[in-house]
Amino acid sequence: MKRILEVRGLSKIHGHGCPRCIDSTGPEVDSNICPHCGAVVAAHDISFDLHEGEILGIMGESGSGKSTLVKTLFFDETPTVGEVLFFDGERQWDLFALNAAEQRWLRNHRFGMVYQNPHLGLNFKVSAGGNIAERLLMSDLSHYGEIRERARQLLARTEVLPERMDESPKQFSGGMQQRVQIAKALATQPPLLFLDEVTTGLDLSVQARILDLILEIQQELGTAMIVVTHDLGVIRLLTGRTIVMKYGRVIESGLTDQILEDPQHAYTQRLVASAL
Amino acid sequence: MNPGYELPLDEAAYSFGFLDEYAKREVRRTILKAICIPGYQTPYASREMPMGRGFGTGGLQVTLSLVGPGDTVKVIDQGADDSVNAVNLRKFIELTCPKVDTTEHTRDASLIQSRHRVPEMPLTEAQVLVLQVPYPDPLVVVEPSEARRKVMHGEGDYSRLLTKLYEDIVQFDEITISHRYPTRINGHYVIDPSPIPRYDVPRLHHCPALILLGAGREKKIYAVPPYTRAEPLVFDDVPFRTEDFRDAQGQRRACARCGTRDSFLDELIDDDGNKLWQCSDSDYCNSQLASGQDSTREVAQ
Amino acid sequence: MGYVAIKGGGRAIAGTEAALESLRCAEGEAGTPLSLDAIEQQLRLLTSRVVSEGGLYHPRLAALAIKQMQGDTLEAAFALRAYRSTKPRLLDLPLQETGPMRLIRRISSAFKDIPGGQMLGPTTDYALRLMRLDLADESPEAFRAVSRRFLDGVDEATLPDSFPKVVDALRHEGLLLPLERNATTAFDITRDPLVFPVPRSAALATMARAETGSLLAIAYSNMRGYGDVHPTIAELRVGYLPVMLPHPVSGEPVEIGEVLITECEVVAMYEAQEDASVEGDGTENQTSPPTFTLGYGACFGHNETKAISMAILDRALQKGMRDGPSNPSEDPEFVLLHIDGVDSMGFASHYKMPHYVTFQSDMDRLRTTRDKATAAPKPQGDSA
Repeated sequence: MKRILEVRGLSKIHGHGCPRCIDSTGPEVDSNICPHCGAVVAAHDISFDLHEGEILGIMGESGSGKSTLVKTLFFDETPTVGEVLFFDGERQWDLFALNAAEQRWLRNHRFGMVYQNPHLGLNFKVSAGGNIAERLLMSDLSHYGEIRERARQLLARTEVLPERMDESPKQFSGGMQQRVQIAKALATQPPLLFLDEVTTGLDLSVQARILDLILEIQQELGTAMIVVTHDLGVIRLLTGRTIVMKYGRVIESGLTDQILEDPQHAYTQRLVASAL
Repeated sequence: MNPGYELPLDEAAYSFGFLDEYAKREVRRTILKAICIPGYQTPYASREMPMGRGFGTGGLQVTLSLVGPGDTVKVIDQGADDSVNAVNLRKFIELTCPKVDTTEHTRDASLIQSRHRVPEMPLTEAQVLVLQVPYPDPLVVVEPSEARRKVMHGEGDYSRLLTKLYEDIVQFDEITISHRYPTRINGHYVIDPSPIPRYDVPRLHHCPALILLGAGREKKIYAVPPYTRAEPLVFDDVPFRTEDFRDAQGQRRACARCGTRDSFLDELIDDDGNKLWQCSDSDYCNSQLASGQDSTREVAQ
Repeated sequence: MGYVAIKGGGRAIAGTEAALESLRCAEGEAGTPLSLDAIEQQLRLLTSRVVSEGGLYHPRLAALAIKQMQGDTLEAAFALRAYRSTKPRLLDLPLQETGPMRLIRRISSAFKDIPGGQMLGPTTDYALRLMRLDLADESPEAFRAVSRRFLDGVDEATLPDSFPKVVDALRHEGLLLPLERNATTAFDITRDPLVFPVPRSAALATMARAETGSLLAIAYSNMRGYGDVHPTIAELRVGYLPVMLPHPVSGEPVEIGEVLITECEVVAMYEAQEDASVEGDGTENQTSPPTFTLGYGACFGHNETKAISMAILDRALQKGMRDGPSNPSEDPEFVLLHIDGVDSMGFASHYKMPHYVTFQSDMDRLRTTRDKATAAPKPQGDSA
């Protein structure tokens, strides 16, 4: 399988930091706050690969650094150190060596993001169709009829009724809003999608249908995904490989089946045991 | 404060073009930059003029910085030379720029300052058109922060503005922008072409004259250089439409005064409550009358 | 046809000038024209507003502008600004010290006792706002006697020359950060456009020229709860600032005159000097010891409301520039682009100008969309 993303030594420290930050934080000391300088080591020395069409899970509690990780990859945050290569067909992008305009271009054209909070991913002042149109218009599509047809198809694919495409997503249920977000993220047919706690807070039945939809899309389009969640059920259902994070460090990684069957780290063992 | 201090009465006389020379030079530098980057809103330190912000102080600073002895200036507002604001600005130019001629004839002018209209008479390479601008940035409807708008302009990212047009068509089956129609210059920057009607937008395209747009209150100058592309922002399959001057039978209305059928018309209501249409460009109307093109007058009456 | 276009503005404009002038002189035979001295002295606070909002310290011209504009401060400040546009900038003023100001008033609400003492001076703060009907028909003799009596028996030698500044004491104690001497010259808003983000000196200069009411309104929004500055006035001083210029030959600073200014320094609640915000984890950074923060306001003339409003907004804007604005008064663009009297008043006035062409264009759009709406009900979710 071809690699799509190569993450090497990615770290994010909030605050100035001091030479003792790294040794004084992490799962061993049960903290991500440096007792010497007060800096927060949100993520440290994260490395992994992602392959085309693969779904990778990142699991951890709040404060583990899992959200920091995807925010950094989606350019919502700047890393302190680290290198990320993105392989897109013939092209290869060194993400943090790009200028702001190139980063925005990648964000708008080659990446997709679905947030837990639909307000972050959708513009509630325009219709559901308009939200998708905005992303299509970024990629220089300028035929009204085509834009509308594409938006209708995308909404149909994510099971949003086409009759409702001219309504504001404000009037939609939480599950529907996530479907519109997914449609919007897919509008430019990105090879890479980030999903940040997308089902958190939804009813169980709604959750299940959205997870099904994500799986179907991955199978149809071969989109590679990074799924961030604290929910073992989501990990089990969606992902092939998983990274477990705690206090900014990777404490365990491998095939999801293996991690769930035979967790190595005490923390992962507790997580798996409590979910059973 | 300082009682007894006497006013320097000899200072009452103003220098040529009102502004001090440093200020004029700065405006000219800004204009050069604006011409070099067609459509880019070039910031400058707009000076206070002795008329209200919004009354054409931006255009006036451009005009006063460019004008010199030997120039002939025409000032119009709503297409007319004798509307109050045009008269006021012309009077001010006459007062502060001795040896500069003023005219009402588009053909004779080397510099035309205008509010809300592009003259009907085709402009020439020898002419400069200065448009007065209240709101320079077409993105302000989708993004209130100027800092963020600057980035969007720089990257040519007009997707949110186009989304607004999309939403318009969804809701009204028409683009509802009436004037100040967003116009892309030379394939990159989208400008607010000032509150000219849509009728005037295609007339900016490849215009032989230099077009300068001055926003005094918002402190920006931008340009459509001669023979430069100026294209209204539209979808490929939704045509750009100018104002419709057809009557119920689909006939193009004629000017009630000169009879022409090819000008932008003002809609008027006479004392008896009847509607009339008349050229908004008064010089054009007069010249049509003078050239005896009144064969259609009977129709108009 | 019989229709005559309602145009021909030249004569109409001449008419407005005459009508305006006739109202200025409407007292008729019994009237006395206002003297500039009377405006400058008796309406000193009005003159203060105009020199400050006009951005030109020329009280005499300000008095003339007030007379000419019939008391409209916006118009008078405007005339002063337009006059200023005709003058070249000859030099950059070096940094001026307000310590040596010749004060007529200084107070601190932070300390009961301050070095040099509180000096209430001329203020209406504690005056009862009762109508003084005796002023309605004041005799010139009584009027002239007032200033004679006030200065009677004052030994000028006993008056202090200057007072130490209250904030210097706080700095000495380390409760305020030491003053950073900024080597770069201050931003000149009359020569450079504001392109955001702007330095603090650009914000201060814009506020110093701002319209008093606009500045007050936005500062008030912060005081009421759309913000959290919670200021205490460390010092408010009103007085004459000696303006120092380097001598063209020797380079030594020489006093070239003095300007009346109002200066206000507010001390706001402390915060730790942290550099990064912490997200999600609910933890706080511990770094250098907390200090008070300072807001600075100063303007030409005697205008305490303006100086206080400016100091509060300076503090609010510093916060907004650092952390991002969480309300309008912390947003530099929002504040600085909406407080200029000349800009805002001019734009409000311009709506009175003809808008025939744009309105014609508006009507065309409305008619077209109405026609479409009545012609056929739009199919839901269909492509055009």
